Amino acid sequence: MRLEPIANPGFARSTLPPVLAIATTVVVASALAMLAGANPFAVLGLILKGAAGSKFALLETLNRATPLIFTGLAVAVAFRARFWNIGAEAQLYAGALMTVVLGTGALPWEAGALLPVLALAAMLAGALVLLVPAILKVRFGVDEVVTTLLFNFIFLLFISLLLEGPLKDPMGMGWPKSERVVAEARLPRIVEGLRLHWGFALALIAAGVVWVIERRSTLGYEMRAVGLNREAARFAGIPVNAVLIKTALLSGGLAALAGFSEVAGLKGSLTLDLSPGFGYTGIIVAMLALLNPLAVVAAALFVAGIFVGADSMSRAVGVPTYLADIMLATALLLMVLAILLTRFRVVRE
Amino acid sequence: MTGAEAAQVVLRLDRITKRFDALTANDAVSLDLRRGEVVALLGENGAGKTTLMNILFGQYTADEGRVEVMGRDLPPGNSRAALQAGVGMVHQHFTLADNMTVLENVTLGTEPLWRWRSDQSVARARLADLVRDFRLTVDPDARVGSLTVGERQRVEILKALYREARILILDEPTAVLTPQETVDLFATLRKAVAMGLSIMFISHKLHEVMDISDRIVVLRHGRVVAEMATADTDRHALAAAMVGSEISAPRVAPGNPGAALLRLSDVSTPDRGNAPGLKRVMLALRAGQITGLAGVSGNGQAALADLIGGLCVPESGRLDLDGQTRDRWSPRVAVEHGIARIPEDRHKTGTIADFTLTENAVLESYHKPPMSRNGWMNWGQAEAETQAIIRGYDVRCPGPDTRIRLLSGGNMQKLILGRVLEAAPRIILANQPVRGLDIGAVNYVHEQLLKARDRGAAVLLISEDLDEIMALSDVIHVMSQGRLSPEFARGSMTPTDLGVWMAGHGFDEGLAHAS
Repeated sequence: MRLEPIANPGFARSTLPPVLAIATTVVVASALAMLAGANPFAVLGLILKGAAGSKFALLETLNRATPLIFTGLAVAVAFRARFWNIGAEAQLYAGALMTVVLGTGALPWEAGALLPVLALAAMLAGALVLLVPAILKVRFGVDEVVTTLLFNFIFLLFISLLLEGPLKDPMGMGWPKSERVVAEARLPRIVEGLRLHWGFALALIAAGVVWVIERRSTLGYEMRAVGLNREAARFAGIPVNAVLIKTALLSGGLAALAGFSEVAGLKGSLTLDLSPGFGYTGIIVAMLALLNPLAVVAAALFVAGIFVGADSMSRAVGVPTYLADIMLATALLLMVLAILLTRFRVVRE
Repeated sequence: MTGAEAAQVVLRLDRITKRFDALTANDAVSLDLRRGEVVALLGENGAGKTTLMNILFGQYTADEGRVEVMGRDLPPGNSRAALQAGVGMVHQHFTLADNMTVLENVTLGTEPLWRWRSDQSVARARLADLVRDFRLTVDPDARVGSLTVGERQRVEILKALYREARILILDEPTAVLTPQETVDLFATLRKAVAMGLSIMFISHKLHEVMDISDRIVVLRHGRVVAEMATADTDRHALAAAMVGSEISAPRVAPGNPGAALLRLSDVSTPDRGNAPGLKRVMLALRAGQITGLAGVSGNGQAALADLIGGLCVPESGRLDLDGQTRDRWSPRVAVEHGIARIPEDRHKTGTIADFTLTENAVLESYHKPPMSRNGWMNWGQAEAETQAIIRGYDVRCPGPDTRIRLLSGGNMQKLILGRVLEAAPRIILANQPVRGLDIGAVNYVHEQLLKARDRGAAVLLISEDLDEIMALSDVIHVMSQGRLSPEFARGSMTPTDLGVWMAGHGFDEGLAHAS
């Protein structure tokens, strides 16, 4: 068997495989739910209800989607230029760290001045964290998959060191937890009384900005050219290494905004469980969105919905929340396969 | 070889025809290979040798004709069937696993993948026999990654022999070898033939073909143009058959040479793997003149193209533009100084397949006004420019938003022409500009190059097609092993003369031959 590229896939060819992928995911989830002794329709219904069945559920999903939009954008931007940033987790923590360092009273400013500074400082921190693997790649050809991945562990241990030492909250009763940021460093709620902070709006704006950069700016054009065909880009005179560095800075900055938004909008302080793997889930989000920045928003909502819905379902019928992980993993694998099938035809020898 | 006529035919290609759109790569090619015989398949790049072998090996399916091995039809499009029928192929680019040992590479694919433990002693003994019988000295436990190119080739041959191949096909086997390794290879091949194997030897090196083969089949533009016993021919007759002699005088009016716009003085560049770099090259590209560069591919043309195109810098020697040496030298600097570059590989280097025509059209100009301002693209302007190219250069396409991968090679090339010629360049580097194009597109590209020459551009035309070189060029150089021949005036050399230079002769005798 071999794959033969399809020059011009028709409508059916480009829509059917992804639809089948989602359908198969649902079937797999149903089978697992039955295996756990529950009615699959009830389980799926509860997941849906838990994700979007009430105002509370919906807001919870939007809150959960916020960091995923940022990390999804970070991954999408990097992958677009074929810069494999697996380290959004580390960059997220770098952003959170910066927010806590500067937001716990070091800058005695009003919210209107403090919040933008915190966001920019966080982006800078995340960008610097990714700058190291980017330089190693363009200078010495070190594989960024390895460096960015390993940086996640190094950086988390570094955070752990800080939380046990200089950043430890003296009032924290011994928990590895930072002080809380000051009130001026908290992102306000979008609508008073509703548990949804401005981080979500910022994420939407970021998606729009990234989309405009990709489509309208020379940098976006360069990123896409470098990603699609590095040899041709180099031949045409595009400074490939400079583009990779800029891409890394943008990607790291976006991932760091997730950390900023989680600390300033939701948690208020830095802990080691600030992110339950938002950096890694960002990869799933970006892939499901086919790296399209606007589709990242939809994919992040989908993924967040499954997580939130599965939590609520699990409480109701006792099927483990791992079902959510399996559903996402299945959806991702099948979606990758489906995308392949929209572009290639399987030929038997 | 005596009695070859009487020997059994082991491989027969019968009127094989293969078309790619308008291009006929193989046109009713018929060929017999007998037991214990070495047949050389001779032809320039693009003559159809590789296509023919790919059909034999099942990578392509022929439009017409059939393949017969040992008197039996070979099912089309089936690589495995060719292997099982006893055909072994040694590719130009080796298909070995670098991280495995020689023994593992040789046995790979002949044993089931999943086993508790594999008994290597039988395989080891067989391999040792083959090494001895064929004098293919190589350590069975060495990792392939640590072997020299010559040794890797031996592993490839061992692989075929281990699979009990009765027919060996060697695709440009000496292209990567040192002279001594070539001598060893030929010794091995003679052994193999003595043991009853049959060998198809694909090459464009005349002296090797004369040395090793019993019969020679010459392919040209997809057709068999000559077939002769090696004993009955000589190198000059072969060169003439290979490059054709129908056109010996330039077709077009001579140009009006002006000042040298680009000059290389004593330039050398490092070798790249097996590809030679430039060896003390002297070259002047004059305004209003087409300089043709002939040569067998892989003799340094790529190094020269990369140098002029801005992708590499001289290791020693000078590159002067308008009489001045440039400190910074990059693709962008080259373009800014009016060098138009038509790359050898329009699919991989010249265009980005998944970009639209518009996005491809501005690849070299996107970073400055009017295509962009302050980092923001002006797509409206880019699209207008693309529309102008589509009209001006007759690019047949659904529109500027089409992804360029959907275009034919000819239309792709026209877009590239438009992209580089719209800027009215003063120097044009055309590297294999018509390879793989149909005749209409070929003529179009040539017309554009002549038009540019007539308005005063200096054109460097790199081609393996001697007809093309002779038809268009005002002056001709030949490249061999990174060395550049003296400049030959138009009409002063016959194809046979040039063929001798292409085969690497004349460089030592020097100027005596040139005058």
